[in-house]
Amino acid sequence: MLGLVNGSFYALLSLGLAVIFGLLGVVNFAHGAFYMLGAFAAYFGLEVLGVNYWWALLLAPLAVGILGIIIERLFLRHLVTLEPIYGLLLTFGIALIAEGVMRSLFGASGKSYPVPALLRGGFNLGFMVLPIYRAWAIFASVVVCFTTWFLIERTHLGARLRAATENARLVQAFGINVPIMVMFTYGAGVALAALAGVLAAPVVQVSPLMGNSLVIVVFAVVVIGGMGSIMGAIVSGLILGLVEGLTKVVYPEASNIVVFVIMAIVLIWRPTGLFGKEP
Amino acid sequence: MRRSLVIYAVLLLLALLAPFIGMYPVFGMKLLCFAMFACAFNLLLGYTKMLSFGHAAYFGFSGYFTGWLMTIHGWNAIEGLIAGTAAGALLGLVIGAIAVRRQGIYFAMITMALAQLVFFVCLQANFTGGENGLQSIPRGSILGLVPLSNDLTMYYFVLAVFVAVYLLIRRIIDSPFGQVLKAIRANEPRSISLGYKVDRYKLQAFVISAAISGLAGSLKALVLGFVTLTDVSQGTSGEVILMTLLGGSGTFLGPVIGAGVVVTLQEYLSDLVGAWVSVIIGAIFVVCVMIFRRGFVGEISRFFTRRAAAQPEA
Repeated sequence: MLGLVNGSFYALLSLGLAVIFGLLGVVNFAHGAFYMLGAFAAYFGLEVLGVNYWWALLLAPLAVGILGIIIERLFLRHLVTLEPIYGLLLTFGIALIAEGVMRSLFGASGKSYPVPALLRGGFNLGFMVLPIYRAWAIFASVVVCFTTWFLIERTHLGARLRAATENARLVQAFGINVPIMVMFTYGAGVALAALAGVLAAPVVQVSPLMGNSLVIVVFAVVVIGGMGSIMGAIVSGLILGLVEGLTKVVYPEASNIVVFVIMAIVLIWRPTGLFGKEP
Repeated sequence: MRRSLVIYAVLLLLALLAPFIGMYPVFGMKLLCFAMFACAFNLLLGYTKMLSFGHAAYFGFSGYFTGWLMTIHGWNAIEGLIAGTAAGALLGLVIGAIAVRRQGIYFAMITMALAQLVFFVCLQANFTGGENGLQSIPRGSILGLVPLSNDLTMYYFVLAVFVAVYLLIRRIIDSPFGQVLKAIRANEPRSISLGYKVDRYKLQAFVISAAISGLAGSLKALVLGFVTLTDVSQGTSGEVILMTLLGGSGTFLGPVIGAGVVVTLQEYLSDLVGAWVSVIIGAIFVVCVMIFRRGFVGEISRFFTRRAAAQPEA
């Protein structure tokens, strides 16, 4: 069950990563840092401003999304003509800055975020007790994931996005403002990471390094799912979280590495990933 | 050509005299180890355009392996270093064989994920000392003849190894093999159509780079006497990228200079500003990517090339 909770966070994060990669061609290394900032925004919202969980769920992604838009405007925009590797290196630097600032200001220790009153307690399923909050986190992530999928694959706006992914200049020639779209896409992808951070805050310790190790796992998830595929990101996120959770029960020593081992096997067997299309 | 010879002569003289003009030998050795590491990394990034985001795996794992052999099994320094290099090469062969199947960012992400795998193995295996790492690794001796416990002796030993490796890398780049690597960097599909087995060349370059990284890591384990999880962590992988980028990837001397700058910064800043060091490193990263993509050496040589172009007779 814990596995599925982690899996839903993986799904949210790798979804944001896949959306950003799809349109910007940037592998957003700072994704883990934005996840961390989302959790911190919720924490400080509660401690300092008295913003409750439900508002944090809305406001934290908004705030972090705006930060993401600023970063896109200031930095990423100028790298579009270069190789994608520079985007990865830039966001790596940004992640270092974000984590360093948070660690210098608030120390490396974890802070705990209380579970909102409405979601305390658990359902008794007979064979185990399912905490309500975890069920909520899974439910909320899955809903958000599929809403995003629907937006991109089934609506008019999504069609434009996908068209811009194929050929940005042509789409621009049709009178669609691609740079603005790119900017908001980055903001939205980053906001998804922050949302995952808020959802995770009551389950994990809120600490400056919480995103650091997560981002590499999410990278592996995305490689397994196939980089361009949105459905692939969602499905493989959920499945791998589950597999990781099961490994934790069966053979705890391997739970940290199981995702990477699966990635290696998938790459040998199917170099484009499970849902990947490109050669 | 003559100008670069002069530069090398000055640098070598400086390196030989450094301990007598106020540099701590231990600091100098650390610098040389990281410079070697960055040169190995540059072999991939600079000459084959493969961005490995997990080079700490070879650096750190070899350090652990050498440290373990020398502490528990009493191997001498030369044997330990050879074993460490071999361990790096072997690890590079396994990871490289999987990673070279993909290019560009995929390659970067795969090397990163597999390096994280190595990190967790080092965290949980028995011979690495887990969270504590390996402590008090003896420096041993050169084949039982020359003990290396003296810092100055050790410094010249490290310098000798460094110079040898540096010349080897230059030789590799200038060899027909190196020319093929450059061809792949310039145009991979064309190299394939010319009949080169590109994946095999890339894998060979990867293994060589991993082996030299392993040597650098083993040497660092001997110099400092300890290996910790930091050495295999993703942070170290990032640092070596920064060193290469800052100095100038695809230049011979760039990584050495980049390593010098980064190691010096860390050494002096970590006392002054604590955790802000990673903010500064991150900021340098951003500046490098945004406006300084050629690095120090790249910018300087561009300046001279431009000047030469402006005055053809000079």
